[in-house]
Amino acid sequence: MTDQLSRVFAALADPTRRDMVARLAEADHTVGDLAEPYDVSLQAVSKHLKVLEDAGLVTRTREAQRRPVHLEAEVFDLMTKWIERYRRQAEERFSRLDAVLARMQDDENPTDRPSAQEGTAS
Amino acid sequence: MTSTQSPDTTTRYPEAAIEADPTVPAIHIWRDFAATPAQLFRAHTDRELFAQWVGPVGVGADITHWDAREGGSWRYTAHGEHDREGFETSFHGCFHTVREDRIVQTFTWDGMPDGVALETMTFEDLGDGRTRLHAVSLCDSFEDRDAWLSSGMEVGVNDGYAAIDRLLAEGAL
Repeated sequence: MTDQLSRVFAALADPTRRDMVARLAEADHTVGDLAEPYDVSLQAVSKHLKVLEDAGLVTRTREAQRRPVHLEAEVFDLMTKWIERYRRQAEERFSRLDAVLARMQDDENPTDRPSAQEGTAS
Repeated sequence: MTSTQSPDTTTRYPEAAIEADPTVPAIHIWRDFAATPAQLFRAHTDRELFAQWVGPVGVGADITHWDAREGGSWRYTAHGEHDREGFETSFHGCFHTVREDRIVQTFTWDGMPDGVALETMTFEDLGDGRTRLHAVSLCDSFEDRDAWLSSGMEVGVNDGYAAIDRLLAEGAL
């Protein structure tokens, strides 16, 4: 179980699987529906689905004849939320770094301009 | 974009791009800066400059030890606020490689003193006055990496595992 989250990341590392997840975020689909836009065999699509299932990202209804594929939004949202928040924190830090770099450049190339703009990234 | 190769140089990263590596417990970040590699390097190695951007805005970080040379080490305390309560958190590590195009260091959050990540930062000259930063943080384990990613979240790594456990128990997986 400890490796489950890594499986989620690995599952989402493939562009076809990311695209499947994006489509499943809108609605459930049968395997046939899902496979249609891709230029790969039904077998390849089933393999992709198996990876998504093993990661806990999608489930398939056992009862229904057509066994539609369903996105487990809870797991998916959690991952994307974590990653996006981490990215945002890094971006905040890098914005501050932008400002520091801009000040460094002003110090290295002093111009006749009054430095009222100091501290704001151009 | 795969993690094993540098992203295509036609891609631009005006904002930070992030990837949780699917094959090793690492986090990648890419970001382009309007600066030379030398300037970006200085902003990472000069004590005063580093203090200006590493910590929260208006607060910064107290750098309590700084020796940005190969074999040197660093330590700083950052101040944060959570529910209007101020708190302090500190980090330390060692510089392994300090080169104008590459910094390699260890990174430990003092709240988990046995955990250590290996951080590699490369500064790639894009040739148009801009430089690309690529930072890789390689953690001890996938669990540690995931804990990092979810740190400070209201719904943390344990809730994530619990959600998956619940699905397993329901026979959904």
